[in-house]
Amino acid sequence: MEDFAALLDALVYTRSRNAKLKLLADYLRETPDPDRGWALAALTDGLDFPAVKSSTIRNLLTERIDPVLWTLSRDYVGDSAETASLLWPEPAEAPSPPTVSQAVDALSRMTRANVMTELPRLLDRLDANGRYALLKMATGAMRIGISARLAKTAFAQAFDVAVEDVEEHWHGQSPPYSALFDWAAHGAEPPSSEDLPLFRPFMLAHGLEETQVDLADYAAEWKWDGIRVQVVRAGGETRVYSRSGDDISGTFPEIAEALHIDAVLDGELLVRGVHQGGEANERTQGGAASFNALQQRLGRKTVSRKMREEYPAFVRLYDVLILEGEDLRALPWTVRRAALEALLPRLEPDRFDLSTVIPAADFAELSAIRERARDDAIEGVMLKRRDSPYVAGRRTGLWYKWKRDPLLIDCVLMYAQRGSGKRSSFYSDYTFGCWDGNPDEGAELLPVGKAYFGFTDEELKWLDRYVRNHTVNRFGPVRETDRTLVFEVAFDSVHASKRHKSGVAMRFPRINRIRSDKPAHEADRLETLRGLIRD
Amino acid sequence: MAREFSWIRPEPWGIHVVPADCWIDPARPVDRALVTHGHADHARGGHGETFATPETLAIMKLRYATEDGAVPVPYGERIALAGGVHATWIPAGHVLGSAQILLEHAGERIIVTGDFKRRADPTCPPFEVTPCDVLVTEATFGLPVFRHPPVEQEIAKLLAALAANPERCVLVGAYALGKAQRLIAELRRAGHHDTIWLHGAMERMCRLYEDWGIALGDLRLVSDARREDLAGSVIVAPPSALNDRWSRRLPEPITAMASGWMQVRQRARQRMVELPLIISDHADWDELTRTVQDVNPAETWITHGREEAMLRWCQLNQRRARALALVGYEDEDD
Repeated sequence: MEDFAALLDALVYTRSRNAKLKLLADYLRETPDPDRGWALAALTDGLDFPAVKSSTIRNLLTERIDPVLWTLSRDYVGDSAETASLLWPEPAEAPSPPTVSQAVDALSRMTRANVMTELPRLLDRLDANGRYALLKMATGAMRIGISARLAKTAFAQAFDVAVEDVEEHWHGQSPPYSALFDWAAHGAEPPSSEDLPLFRPFMLAHGLEETQVDLADYAAEWKWDGIRVQVVRAGGETRVYSRSGDDISGTFPEIAEALHIDAVLDGELLVRGVHQGGEANERTQGGAASFNALQQRLGRKTVSRKMREEYPAFVRLYDVLILEGEDLRALPWTVRRAALEALLPRLEPDRFDLSTVIPAADFAELSAIRERARDDAIEGVMLKRRDSPYVAGRRTGLWYKWKRDPLLIDCVLMYAQRGSGKRSSFYSDYTFGCWDGNPDEGAELLPVGKAYFGFTDEELKWLDRYVRNHTVNRFGPVRETDRTLVFEVAFDSVHASKRHKSGVAMRFPRINRIRSDKPAHEADRLETLRGLIRD
Repeated sequence: MAREFSWIRPEPWGIHVVPADCWIDPARPVDRALVTHGHADHARGGHGETFATPETLAIMKLRYATEDGAVPVPYGERIALAGGVHATWIPAGHVLGSAQILLEHAGERIIVTGDFKRRADPTCPPFEVTPCDVLVTEATFGLPVFRHPPVEQEIAKLLAALAANPERCVLVGAYALGKAQRLIAELRRAGHHDTIWLHGAMERMCRLYEDWGIALGDLRLVSDARREDLAGSVIVAPPSALNDRWSRRLPEPITAMASGWMQVRQRARQRMVELPLIISDHADWDELTRTVQDVNPAETWITHGREEAMLRWCQLNQRRARALALVGYEDEDD
């Protein structure tokens, strides 16, 4: 438990992703089974001990300390587990900490009836850091910035195995993941994944930079602006996975309910919209709304009927990986595409349709079609090598994404904030605004967006100096500047938003150019930005 | 009957000793100030006369470049002020020169602790428990979650990080008066005799400590160092320099901070600290409550800090207590 507590503490104070990976990988390599498996589960939020609640902690402590002092302390510290770990009376004897497994075992045996006597026994065996780790583990609220993806990457790093393999074998395993450690650490056969609705790592695309490709070798498809999902059915269960492999079946139950054939399908999750048809394929496909509409549905654990009716979700299919027991991933795209087209009539038409192939004779024609496409649900064009297998991750030369050219607008720098990690001493996060009228007639700047990339390291140094020399006000880590610097901001799209005073929200804004040549009053007005809204 | 202890009046900008017409640690210029210790929020400039220990006056002279009106009072010397008030400066164990001030008038004894701690500190004499009728105590760390670990444990943490990362340096944020010198002295006591590198803002105060007989070993300025000199070293800087441009010249610094606030994880995270060192020059909860019990005054007045919890504790222990609302004491970096 001490090692786990030390790991937890180190992770709290470490900001760099690489350093976090190293801490985790070292721990996973050096800790015996099954402790490391339980620790991994605790970190990735996979443990649940129903007898221990946040209120249990409060009740335990207020039996031992005045409730007013507890509340004052809790309010100051802002975290019940941490407050309790600090307030817990130090045991008279030297601590004899349990192992992680022993702690998990003890916690899982606790019941509502005995938790008030059993939990103190465990706490008495630990020092303050150990108590913090135990209580965090027991209440399942780590919140220390370890995503499932990060944990898997660390696991791969620890045992020198491919992260794609970890992804594939991870799903369906339950804590303490013995089969997973047997495979990665001890060279055993990987755990079997048949008959389980497992996530398969996505195939990803490189950006098409200066390259042109021959459409004889590559097929072109629209790149839809939704979220990439994988719909999997096996062993009588259906799951919807996000790009990171998170199970989002609960957020989109209509999709999970609609697949009745054992298959692994790759597609774009979209929300039906009336006014965006997709001009190149309106005869064959129902319309999809912009990303903004889809956003209404994201991040909800449960979804109301009203939500389902107002924002009905469907999946526009790109690919099929596995169909009725047959793994198609090694076959060429053309074969998989034919299988997908043949499958479509057997799928529920309300929930599944097909991302059509763009009928362009050559690259020039495709280029022209892409230029004309102003459908908000289209993010650009995908180019897929016709003979490419379906491989996890980004493989050069197989798939390309060719995004629509960004929209541009000139904004004025208003506020800057210091970044984190290697940018921690630099003012690297910028808030910029547009004029709400004619600046020569007293119009004001309203913030329209925030960006922290798009510039080079040299430009960052220049910007940092600029911010320091043009500060008019400070609010904690934020500096207000004198509003003299113009940025050309690139963004993918802009939407109406009630949450922002300006009434607009930009998607993917980034600093395209620093326009130190342009006077601030010549920056764009809000009406220009509003004119670009298309939903 | 006149209200008890009515000869001393807490006002938002300081404590007024009425018969002597002088103020303790006033936040604005007055004719006569009695100063507990040299931290800028307690020892402001511009008073007509300033009564303080010689060490504190030396610190103030360094800060304000003037000794006008300085009246040195060594520890333990009982001086007579106007109106039949006597005052004595008693060691408080906070920083060099820090004192509690004992005030006596008409048979009543009032002690203003200023900032204090109860632990050993190689840079100043220890807090002396002195009986009195009213104890005016600070409460900077007046919450039961604050239990500072032994300083040796925190110094060991620092040295372990240093040893584990020979290519990097450990940059410790520490208040320029008191914390920095105590940290250095504790490092020396733990057997660390390498050069310790200083931010320029630390230098004069460290020299002053050495002039007062506190050996700090080999200290040099970061501005005189080559980058390779700094790898594997301890660097001490004011907290404000930790994430500032100044630190860019350092070889991959491990950012540490020596402060009682480091006990709370989110506080450390907000300061972007990787290596929190819980080293405080203030009394923690156990020391605060023990001090009230040891001194055992008829009344406890609680000043700057988390007064509510101390007030509650006094209530639970059937002690008369009140909270004073004094302004101007900054404790964020300590």
